[in-house]
Amino acid sequence: MECAISLKHITKTFGSVVANKDVSLDIYKGEILSLLGENGSGKTTLLNMIAGIYYPDSGEVFVNGKPVEIRSPRDAYQLGIGMIHQHFKLVDVFSATENIALGLDAKEKFDLKQVRKKAQEICDKYQFDMDFDQKVYAMSVSQKQTLEIIKVLYRGADILILDEPTAVLTPQETEKLFQVIRNMRADGKSVVIITHKLHEVLAISDRVSILRKGEYVGTVETKDATESLLTEMMVGKKVELNIDRPIPQNPVKRLEIRNLSVTSPEGVRVLSDINFDAFGGEILGIAGVSGNGQKELLEAIAGLQTVESGGSVKYYNSEDGQGPAMEVIGKNPRVIRNAGIHMSFVPEDRLGMGLVGSMGMTGNMMLKSYDSGKALFLDQKSPKNLAERIKEELEVVTPGINTPVSRLSGGNVQKVLVGREIADAPMVLMTAYAVRGLDINTSYAIYDLLNQQKKKGVAVIYVGEDLDVLLALCDKIMVLCAGRVNGIVDGRTATKEQVGLLMTKLQEGGNKNE
Amino acid sequence: MSDLQVREPFVRIVKRDQAPLSKHISVRALAILLALVLDALFIFFVTGLNPFSVYFVMFKGTFGTATRFSWAMRDLVTLLLIGIALAPAFKMKFWNIGAEGQVLMGGLLTALVMVYWGEKLPGPVLYLVMLLTSIAVGAIWGLIPAFFKAKWKTNETLFTLMMNYVATSFVACAVNILRGQASSLGKLNMATQIGWFPKLFGQRYNINILVVLILTFLMFFYLKYTKHGFEISVVGESENTARYAGINVGMVIMRTMAISGAICGLCGFLLVCGRDQTISTNTAGGNGFTAIIVAWLAKFNTFYMALIAFLLIFLQKGAGEIASAYGLNDFAASIITGVILFCILGSEFFINYRLIFRSSKEGKNDGERG
Repeated sequence: MECAISLKHITKTFGSVVANKDVSLDIYKGEILSLLGENGSGKTTLLNMIAGIYYPDSGEVFVNGKPVEIRSPRDAYQLGIGMIHQHFKLVDVFSATENIALGLDAKEKFDLKQVRKKAQEICDKYQFDMDFDQKVYAMSVSQKQTLEIIKVLYRGADILILDEPTAVLTPQETEKLFQVIRNMRADGKSVVIITHKLHEVLAISDRVSILRKGEYVGTVETKDATESLLTEMMVGKKVELNIDRPIPQNPVKRLEIRNLSVTSPEGVRVLSDINFDAFGGEILGIAGVSGNGQKELLEAIAGLQTVESGGSVKYYNSEDGQGPAMEVIGKNPRVIRNAGIHMSFVPEDRLGMGLVGSMGMTGNMMLKSYDSGKALFLDQKSPKNLAERIKEELEVVTPGINTPVSRLSGGNVQKVLVGREIADAPMVLMTAYAVRGLDINTSYAIYDLLNQQKKKGVAVIYVGEDLDVLLALCDKIMVLCAGRVNGIVDGRTATKEQVGLLMTKLQEGGNKNE
Repeated sequence: MSDLQVREPFVRIVKRDQAPLSKHISVRALAILLALVLDALFIFFVTGLNPFSVYFVMFKGTFGTATRFSWAMRDLVTLLLIGIALAPAFKMKFWNIGAEGQVLMGGLLTALVMVYWGEKLPGPVLYLVMLLTSIAVGAIWGLIPAFFKAKWKTNETLFTLMMNYVATSFVACAVNILRGQASSLGKLNMATQIGWFPKLFGQRYNINILVVLILTFLMFFYLKYTKHGFEISVVGESENTARYAGINVGMVIMRTMAISGAICGLCGFLLVCGRDQTISTNTAGGNGFTAIIVAWLAKFNTFYMALIAFLLIFLQKGAGEIASAYGLNDFAASIITGVILFCILGSEFFINYRLIFRSSKEGKNDGERG
């Protein structure tokens, strides 16, 4: 096989962090290569060096057998390398055609009609759907991604790098993207996909290269690979890939959400007329394409969102779930806390909302308890003890409990946050994307913690994006679409396709709730 | 690699690891050395003087005589006190550029009370009234932009800056009224000395020094060990986190700015009673702006602020001394102190980053060592 790109002994460090260490990797012509690795294993850094975003500290890059220096994305384009980043680089107020034209060389004639014609040819060739007059701000995530791919192909890329392309797509959109990628392979292009989803690796690629902690572990032919083999290579040891799902023990109602609606400051109705109940001893999953109201829903329940009048969130404290209910709406988090409502919330933005990045574990433990007591001065002792305890019990890796948490790895940051929220002995535990960006081991540790809470009778609300996990972990799954409850399904019987469809297609009279 | 057409970039900037303390000290020491060498070249080639004698004279600006040192301390505490006032606001990431105006308003109220009520109120009560009114007006001056920021998210930088001009105009107006037919205002209550601070160890401003010394400690503890201080840190780091923790963000912003303004108002009181015994549009004398540098460089630690304020005052006094001793114009002296300041500030970059040049093989090896 001929090599399109060949990396030899690439090393890249950021300060003391070694992102890539002596990595050598070949990308063949006309193949789909998956680059697999956990978060922080250096996948993106490695390919950013091919795309000209970073420059390696040492090592060599060969394109089509010739040694090259890639100093900027421009150099990369000239070598026929194009990268589609996780965060799209498009101009919102421009149309599709105009965005494609942005990449033209200064010497080329600026002729939008010509650009459009050529782009249309690319679309026909690989079977993309694209409305070239549509403005980017009116596009869905998957359309934007398509546009990025067309843009790169337009500039004549033969080697395409896609950084976690499926993270934001529904199962149906993913299948469509894979078909396009196969068409490109048939045309002789090389495609590299960065991912950490095993089943996708198996579905699409010809070969899989694995990185672990910045080092190259090996490459296997996809046809010889299995999920457990890949996991073992990725993690470095055998991992049990089953998520436990105990049967709920006499569930009692903890939260009752009725007619909840939220309008954003921009006047967009992000949640309309939400109704559901959450039961102690159950895990309620919330699925949906991101940005369909998940964030607002949890924040509204936590007292961080202004909701429209008429909405109510009732909290039942008593043992049997009957008794007097407490209204949560209209209270801020401190008032909720002081009213004796035991609700914990692990927000999506861990360092931007759940924690203070510049403070150590102790300071972050204080966040929820600092105002207790009448004294003017802070009580530093009990937060310190709590920090020590969490560090021990959850095996948080940190140089010390006073090291700023922003310097910890993503998994440890999440352990600190979840640890604090569980330490409050909650009756309701809400989590938003609790395992996003975490490695497999930490993810499973988090699932375990959630299951422990469930067994204690806590009502767990789990907002997630990975449908496989949602279907394996949750007792019920509520699907949000366009700010509405588009259906609530049983986690044990529902299928991926069913949930995927609910995520994208608003049901007739979709607000039904059994 | 010589056969390549495209070459490696000429210079790359790489972030350093957490540098050890020894590195901090050595980089700073090198920066000062470099500044002295650059200045020596400037002094020798442009002014034709002997650099060493110029440096000696500069040193004498602060340490020449006991009186000089005492003046330096007087000016240092003015700068430091405003730095202390800015610390809580800046820690909250509220860019209070309005210290100048807050000081002036405090000074103005002190002066007005001194002139109009000086003979009517008994001594201790007069001081108390001057103190309270100056603190109150400073707090209000700080509270106004904070209120607008908390309620409508107005930009505090512009708002506080504009409030300075309002304060300056008030003072100019009051000075005109107070001086009446006289050509200038002169000292207030010159004949009776009512409302002036008594002399402590021979100088009225020694009371200022004492007060600032106490406040340096108080502010340090306020920020570090109190619930208020914790709230300020959280709001400064992330308003979302603050809301999540149940902190009333608007209230904290207003409270903190009231404190910041109040300390500036207190500074105005100390300047009028302890240093100037008069009021003018120059009472704050630009310290409200210089203190921003002090607070910022010290990363809001009041003890570091004292060090930085000392450095700035030392340079300022030194420059004045050079200018008068050698008959240089002020600009030459400013260049000399400017170079020193530039090198010290610039050294910050080399503490956080390092450069790797194309030819340097060590750069690559260094990277591998990681």
